[in-house]
Amino acid sequence: MSIAEGTRARHVPDRLQSRSGRILRSWEVLLGGIAIAIFIVNSLASPYFLDPWNLSDATFNFTEKAMIAFAMALLIIAGEIDLSVAGIIALASTAMGWAAQYEAGAAGLICIGLGVGVICGAFNGVLVTRLGLPSIVVTIGTMSLFRGISYIVLGDQAFNGYPSDFAFFGRGYVFWVISFELVLFCTFAAIYGVILHATNFGRQIYAIGNNPTAATFAGIHVARVKMILFLLTGVMSGIAAICLTARLGSTRPSIAFAWELEVVTMVVLGGVSILGGAGSILGVVIAALIMGMVTFGLGLLNVPGIVMSIFIGALLIGVIALPRLIRLSRTGRVA
Amino acid sequence: MSITRRIALATGLAVSLMGTTALAQDNVRIALVAKSLGNGFFEAAARGAEEAAEELGNVEIIYTGPTSTTAEGQIEVINSLIAQRVDAIAISANDPDAVVPALKKAMQRGITVISWDSGVAPEGREMHLAPSSDALIGQTIIKLAADQLPEGGKVAVLSATSTSTNQNTWIAEMEKVMGDYPNIELVATVYGDDLADKSYRETQGLLQSYPDLDAIIAPTSVGIVAAAQAVQDAGKVGEVNVTGLGLPSEMAGAIESGASKSFAIWNPVDLGYATAMLAYNLATDEAEAEPGAEIGMGRMGTATLDENGQAAMSEPFTYDASNIEEFKSVF
Repeated sequence: MSIAEGTRARHVPDRLQSRSGRILRSWEVLLGGIAIAIFIVNSLASPYFLDPWNLSDATFNFTEKAMIAFAMALLIIAGEIDLSVAGIIALASTAMGWAAQYEAGAAGLICIGLGVGVICGAFNGVLVTRLGLPSIVVTIGTMSLFRGISYIVLGDQAFNGYPSDFAFFGRGYVFWVISFELVLFCTFAAIYGVILHATNFGRQIYAIGNNPTAATFAGIHVARVKMILFLLTGVMSGIAAICLTARLGSTRPSIAFAWELEVVTMVVLGGVSILGGAGSILGVVIAALIMGMVTFGLGLLNVPGIVMSIFIGALLIGVIALPRLIRLSRTGRVA
Repeated sequence: MSITRRIALATGLAVSLMGTTALAQDNVRIALVAKSLGNGFFEAAARGAEEAAEELGNVEIIYTGPTSTTAEGQIEVINSLIAQRVDAIAISANDPDAVVPALKKAMQRGITVISWDSGVAPEGREMHLAPSSDALIGQTIIKLAADQLPEGGKVAVLSATSTSTNQNTWIAEMEKVMGDYPNIELVATVYGDDLADKSYRETQGLLQSYPDLDAIIAPTSVGIVAAAQAVQDAGKVGEVNVTGLGLPSEMAGAIESGASKSFAIWNPVDLGYATAMLAYNLATDEAEAEPGAEIGMGRMGTATLDENGQAAMSEPFTYDASNIEEFKSVF
């Protein structure tokens, strides 16, 4: 115990206690190990897993969700949550579909997608920061509100007829098997990694998540930071909506149904504390890879989707419980 | 890429065709993709597909689908099926357009793609098997009523809304064959708007306006249940027979009470069976999906493709007291 603490002495932890910092460090190692194990098991279980095109197809299982998860991670670290992200996708996609009926070009559609994301994010942000409402309540409400508007507009109909150059954002390949979405995923991973871990703004997010009152006394504009985070989550949902809509080439009000839970699962699996104040982007990236590989690997074995959900749920609880169990057994032995 | 794969596939196929032993070992893998899992209709279709597989011998059915009825869920499923290099994908689509790019990719990689039940846009599949056709449905609903009225009689139609495309087409098709039933008189067509209470009131109106009415034809699953209830509540069971299109699970009570002697809807077991047969015949190159082609469906006969690559399986299946017990738990 003392040796480990000694080596971490000069590390400035992302949490207040160095003990948590140590767990955080080992968390990514643990996740990485699990990811490698899943990769190996998948390769052994199915002869079709190790094929560049198949793996490339599989990335679409998580890229769009992971893009939202990056912004969501920041929001959860700051002690808030946004459950309306899938609703924002539905609304943004519906708005884009509506515009496409009036011959809007790809650039116009992207502006609309981003615009709806910003507006929805701002709406959530204002309700939470100005009126002081709990974000979980606000976004459960807006989750139904945003998707409800899509249902009113579309009913059982669908928008399609998107311009052909728009499809690139969901189906395009930049180089060989590297899709545009995958590039976008990596780019955002890097951007959010820098924002969270290498800027003042990132430090402020951790501070707010650990103790908003103390953060206020330290001169941090808590409301402003939270507002920016809600806007970021809205924008990322808008970007995900653009990619997903371009990929599907069609909008139905059920689009991205229940994605908010998968996004939150990704974030929590990535080691972000649901209580706020701790977490890393690297963890979320590995969690996204794990979830993508698990769903694809089980899909190759034709495991029904509901069993897949059970597996993901068990994985989540297992991975969250593991460090605690280890700690418990250690302290048990010490005592 | 796709050309080399096709050549590789063609040679592979040629090799396997040359040696019968190789063919026997190489199962034809047919994926039956449902709108969502846990739905009795699709479970029944999967049973039908398994029946076809047993009959054919060297077929493996992969029954799969997403947990919720979304297009993106089906695309994930399609991608994993492409990765497994299945021989055929037969899909009931949640969105006729959204699954097209993924299915196109499947076809490029040499996989036979057909849609069934709920179709895919023509560019995304080789053919579509509809459970029935408008003409067959129109003919069936009047026959159901006429079969119970050998002496002839008066019938009325309880439809959905006056603008429902499906119902209007079926009623028009029904009227085309009315000449075959000279003793049957169509006295009225009313609209219950696919709302249970409005359908119920419209039926009450029919019973009052035409006291000697013999049958009510409701080509809508909402209307038929409401009409049967109204007939039962009016004490007219045995006098007025309610028939049309309905779901066995919802109509079991009406059959039991006698308010409805029989009704029709597609049989999911037959549909799954026919789909698997078609997929097999196309995947093994026994048949080619082109307009006018006649493709075998085993015990269900042959499917004839129209200019859009669509085919109808059969007239709707009739449910009555003899088989309602079996199907009421299915869908």
